Amino acid sequence: MSEAVDTKLLNSRPARASSLIRRVPWAWLGVLPFFLFTFAFLLLPSTALFVGSFQNAEGQFTLDNLLGLTRPNIVQAYWLSIRISAATAIGGGIFGFLLAYAMTIGGLPRWVRSALMTFSGVASNFAGVPLAFAFISTLGRTGFVTALFRSAFNLNIYDRGFNLYSFLGLSLTYMYFQFPLMVLIMTPALDGLKREWREASENLGATPLQYWRYVALPILLPSLLGTMILLFGNAFGAYATAFALTGGVLNLVTIMIGAQMRGDVLHNPNLGYALALGMVVIMGVSIAGYTWLQRQTERWLR
Amino acid sequence: MRRFPFLSWLWFVLGALYFLLPLYGTLDFSLRIQRGTLSLGAYRNAFADPQFIRSFTFSFQMAVVTIIVSLLLIVPTAYWVHLRLPRLRPIVEFLTLLPFVIPAIVLVFGLIRTYGRPVTILSVQILPSLTNTPLGTNALLVAGYVVLSLPYMYRAVDNGLRAMDVRTLTEAALSLGAGWPTILRRVIFPNLRTGLLSGALLTFAIVIGELTIANFLARPAFAPYLALLSNSRAYEPAALTIISFALTWAAMGLIDLLTRGAPGVLGGAGH
Repeated sequence: MSEAVDTKLLNSRPARASSLIRRVPWAWLGVLPFFLFTFAFLLLPSTALFVGSFQNAEGQFTLDNLLGLTRPNIVQAYWLSIRISAATAIGGGIFGFLLAYAMTIGGLPRWVRSALMTFSGVASNFAGVPLAFAFISTLGRTGFVTALFRSAFNLNIYDRGFNLYSFLGLSLTYMYFQFPLMVLIMTPALDGLKREWREASENLGATPLQYWRYVALPILLPSLLGTMILLFGNAFGAYATAFALTGGVLNLVTIMIGAQMRGDVLHNPNLGYALALGMVVIMGVSIAGYTWLQRQTERWLR
Repeated sequence: MRRFPFLSWLWFVLGALYFLLPLYGTLDFSLRIQRGTLSLGAYRNAFADPQFIRSFTFSFQMAVVTIIVSLLLIVPTAYWVHLRLPRLRPIVEFLTLLPFVIPAIVLVFGLIRTYGRPVTILSVQILPSLTNTPLGTNALLVAGYVVLSLPYMYRAVDNGLRAMDVRTLTEAALSLGAGWPTILRRVIFPNLRTGLLSGALLTFAIVIGELTIANFLARPAFAPYLALLSNSRAYEPAALTIISFALTWAAMGLIDLLTRGAPGVLGGAGH
């Protein structure tokens, strides 16, 4: 449907309407509330943080706050956030892909697929305090799996160095919402792989390995990478789960921003804004990467 | 004949275990408030706490207001963008994606910085500090929730509009002499019901479990209550965890039923 035809038809109201009324852009009024709202509650607050990170306490322009981001404890916080996000994005991405593969092409029955999709919808939205609590009751000191290891294998995982309130523990918890998100996004992509491509390569004498190496993987790669980047951002911005699970033990960027809001732990409000700005930049780069890579995939998988 | 897909089953079993073990652990824990027996005592205690009723009611109310505001903002916009202003589509899509770029913790930080003091334009005060009154803070809370729900709501409505051929329906209604209010109320809304409902359910699930914004605006919502309760109690939070999981499941299950076969709305909010 071309837009030109459509506009002509819709605008062919009787010409008797006075020119003044016609000149009022009615269509724009319909979208005005949306733009006012996003301006007031999305753009204005972000701009406030942006401007604040280039100001000193007296409100003058300065780059000191951005330079302040190189303080060792801030660099450590970013680095920890990046590592945990990357680990759960790669781990969740691989596991999620294998699951999506198993239920689309892998030959599992139909009911498995619908069960897994519903579960993924639930689990990717199950986060924050309840998720943290579920993992405490499972892998905490008195958790159910911890107890299972103790009684079945006579093994105390906490003596062996495991700790739920650590990098590994938080990663395992994040994985609970990471791999389902991968399943949700990769399943349509895997569905988009056309049977003809496989048949054509088999007819040309390709082995399954060659088919994956030269046909399927190159097509899926942008989508795979893009979704993993999305998972990275998903974990990077997470606050509630980390806060509920570890309190403030793990010094993630989000936790640090939270502490700064509560009591100015950095002793400089404007440095706090710069901290948030750095976060938005990293999130922005990852979402832009995801969007770009998804577009690359759409050329093939329609 | 195809051989048994052993690896596929292995991945599925691993996934199922990852999913079920924490739930089983929590369920088991929530039933053990009395030594040696399984009982529903933790659930009884949790429900009997007036704080629970209050915080849950509060979050429920906030969810309803959020859904209404979000629908009022998104539906006309998405409809208009489909019909009359397609060149705005990239901008609207960009704006609805922004909440993914700005995490909840940064959003609430910005909201407090902007509205935690009087808003002035050229040193004329146009708005007092919103965080001084409960009503103002609640409004700010709803605004934050609406922002969080934007990507999901827009996607749900947009999917609905794509599926129903807005132009033909609108042209048909116009040629039969319907005015714009009639078109919106009697043609567009009924056809969008599925999309609107799934957007609303997802928003509901997000708001009920949301901790970050409510916590920093110091509102008595459900998630902050649960976080606080887990400092002092062991079994009751486990019971409430099971309840909130059941709620999420109910919301997602309903969406699943409603949108069979249609492209779904993505998950992943409020971590």
